[in-house]
Amino acid sequence: MNEKRQAQLLTTCLMAGRIMIESGSEMYRVEDTMRRIAQNAGVMDSHIFTTPTGLFMSLPTYDAVQIQQVTSRAINLEKVDRVNALSRQFADHQITLTVLSQRLAVLDHDVPYFPLWLQVIAAAVVSCTIMIMFGGHWIDFLPSAVVGAAGYTVFYLVREQLSVSFLSEFLAAFTIGLLAWIFISLHFGRSLDMIIIGAVMPLVPGVAITNAVRDMLAGHLLTGIVRGIEALFSVSAIGIGIALVFRFFA
Amino acid sequence: MWQQFIVQGVFSYLATIGFGICSNVPRRALHVCGLTGLTGWLVYWSLLQLEIGKMLPNLAGAFALALLSWVIARRHKIPVIIVNIPGLVPLVPGGVAYRAVRAFALGNYPLGIRFTVQVLMIAGAIAVGFMLAQLVTSPGQLRRQK
Repeated sequence: MNEKRQAQLLTTCLMAGRIMIESGSEMYRVEDTMRRIAQNAGVMDSHIFTTPTGLFMSLPTYDAVQIQQVTSRAINLEKVDRVNALSRQFADHQITLTVLSQRLAVLDHDVPYFPLWLQVIAAAVVSCTIMIMFGGHWIDFLPSAVVGAAGYTVFYLVREQLSVSFLSEFLAAFTIGLLAWIFISLHFGRSLDMIIIGAVMPLVPGVAITNAVRDMLAGHLLTGIVRGIEALFSVSAIGIGIALVFRFFA
Repeated sequence: MWQQFIVQGVFSYLATIGFGICSNVPRRALHVCGLTGLTGWLVYWSLLQLEIGKMLPNLAGAFALALLSWVIARRHKIPVIIVNIPGLVPLVPGGVAYRAVRAFALGNYPLGIRFTVQVLMIAGAIAVGFMLAQLVTSPGQLRRQK
């Protein structure tokens, strides 16, 4: 294996790994995918070290190491699925390493999203259904759907426009608190608490908290801590946004 | 009771699909995500009616959800997290975590600590439920992960 191909292999593996970490994949799957790509390219003993903020990979038999940084983390399951599918195609020798690398680069920038209106409706559905499931009253059904949709819209728009971390969660939570309070003052709902709980459901990092604990139990202590802290910050932003409304209005 | 059971089932299905859309699940997997969310939540909810605390229902719900996701992921050849992350949404302690922070921000520390402990316990119960499912589905994989 010549040097150029080694470098290409490392770059490709790291790109696959980085995309998967950015999209919220479990660490063992990231490492597994990278190792498999290397094995299918003919390198049996690759060493991989992954953290949620950066990853290393080396090919000990060829004296080659590369690093890549991970700067953003979100849940985007379509990307995880596509990287997985590409890695399978490479394993079946349907595509070459060069094609794999090109397709990963395309996938990194260009993955289909659901249109914003559909995401907003989905957020409304999450809000009102979970509110009822948690024991809310049917009177609060519509208000929590509307408040949840508004909150998600703010979250989405702020996240697209500004790159300040956790600001989108904070502003969305503030909007939710304010709107819910307005609804209650106008007697369009009964329980302020239940409306807010429903409406924050599309935003709160419940899955991230649970995944952090799962990572820790699986032995990925570093990953668990980093993801747990990130979840803690985002839930704090939400809680403080709502608490601000409670302080000044309710 | 039966009426409530059906409402809970339909709503957990819808909530899971809704979250699936927000976290960009591949279109073809949306329906199966909904089914796993429904299964996990109905197991949790049914056990909750027996009044045996919150931890065992969470553990059992996560266990059922993980088993079903594994079967589905196998059959459709998709990564298992695509099915079980949206499916987890009704179970995970996001709402409790928010309540904890709100209590702290408003100066009610004892309540905040109570909710925080609850968050950790629920997250732990769900994680253990997943691990138990892993023991059943692939005993070898658990060791390889480490």
